[in-house]
Amino acid sequence: MVEFSLPKNSKVMRGVEHKAAAGAKRIKRFHIYRFDPDTGENPRLDCFEVDLDACGPMVLDALIKIKSEMDSTLTFRRSCREGVCGSCAFNIDGTNTLACTKPIKSIRGAVKVYPLPHMPVIKDLVPDLSVPYAQYASIEPWLKSDTPAPTSERLQSIEERRELDGMWECILCFCCQTSCPSYWWNGDRYLGPAVLLQAYRWIADTRDEASGERLDNVDDPFRLYRCHTIMNCTNTCPKHLNPGKAIAEIKHLLLKRK
Amino acid sequence: MAEDDRPLSPHLQVYRPQITSVLSITHRATGVFLSLAAVMLTYWLASAAYGPDSFARAQAALESWFGRLILFGFTFSLFFHMCNGIRHLGWDLGWGFDLVKLRMTGVLVIISAFGLTVLSWVMAYSHVGKL
Repeated sequence: MVEFSLPKNSKVMRGVEHKAAAGAKRIKRFHIYRFDPDTGENPRLDCFEVDLDACGPMVLDALIKIKSEMDSTLTFRRSCREGVCGSCAFNIDGTNTLACTKPIKSIRGAVKVYPLPHMPVIKDLVPDLSVPYAQYASIEPWLKSDTPAPTSERLQSIEERRELDGMWECILCFCCQTSCPSYWWNGDRYLGPAVLLQAYRWIADTRDEASGERLDNVDDPFRLYRCHTIMNCTNTCPKHLNPGKAIAEIKHLLLKRK
Repeated sequence: MAEDDRPLSPHLQVYRPQITSVLSITHRATGVFLSLAAVMLTYWLASAAYGPDSFARAQAALESWFGRLILFGFTFSLFFHMCNGIRHLGWDLGWGFDLVKLRMTGVLVIISAFGLTVLSWVMAYSHVGKL
C-alpha cells in the first residue's frame, strides 16, 4: 500500500545545534539526519556549523570532520573516498549521490544530509540494505555456462566487450534504487533500477549462456514492469550510468522473444 | 532494537522535485483527469440527445467561468498527455534515454503542451468572434 507520509516513529524532530569554533570565518551549516536505536526516540535533524577554511572540499570531508571534532557518535558508512566503493551514498541536497564526490561548494545554502530515501534506518545515515542485496542475489549475478570450460580465458570481441560498458562500472551504491518512486511504493516486489541494471549486465554478456532463463526470471508485472520510465535513476546516478535504458533494453528483448 | 521498529527514512518529504519525476506524475494525473473528461463529454452528448432544455443546461454549465476553467484543464491535460505520450513512444523505440535528450524532450513537452493549449483556445475564441 502506498503511503505518502512517514509513519509515526519516523517523523523527524528538531535536533541539537553545534556551533563552529570561535573565529571561524567561512561557516557552512550541515543539517544531518540522526537516529539512535538505543534511546527509542524519533529521528531528529541536528545542525553542525563547519568552518570551510579547515575542511576538505567534499561533503564526506565535512562528515568526517564533524565526526572527529564535533560529535563522535555520528554514524555513517564510508571507505574509499574516491567514488569507487559505493559506501557513502546519502540523500544530499535533495538528491541521492556519493558524499565523497559531491563538492560542498556545489550546494547553495545549508547542506542537508539524509539516509537513502524510503529505507529502514539502522542508525543515523546507515540504512538497512538487506532487501536490495537479496534482490541482487536473486538475479544470480555470476557467469552461467553449460558448455565445458575452455582451457584458456573466455574471449570476447571488442564489440562484444563494449556491450558491457556503462554497466560494469556500477558500484551498487543504490543511489538510483532509492531515488525511484516506484521502488519506494513497491520495493518489496519490484527489483529496482540498480538490480535490473545488473540483471541486464549478465543478459548482455556474450559469455553467459543463461540469457533465456534470466529473462524468464524478470518477466513479471512487479519484478520488471513496475518501471514506468520515471528516470529518476539515470538522473541521480553518481557514476553517470543509465539504469533506465538498461531496463528498456530488457523490455525490448522480452518483446522480441514473444 | 527490534528490526521492524526501525524508522523509515524520509522520501517524498526530502527528495527535490526532478524534471523526470514531476513530468511522470503529471502524466499520470492528466491521464486520470482525462478519464473524467470522457465522462463529461458523455454527459454533454447525452444532454443533446435528451432535448433542447437539457442541452441548454449543459451548455450553460460549461460556459460558466468555472466550466471554462475545467475545460481549459481538460485541454491542457489532453495536450500534455499526448506530447508526453509521444515521448514515451520514443522510449519504447529505445530512443531518448540519455540525460541531455531526457531533459530536452521534457522541456519540449512542457512548452508544447502549454503552447498547444493556448493556441487552441485562441483559435476557439476567434472562431466564435470573441477575440
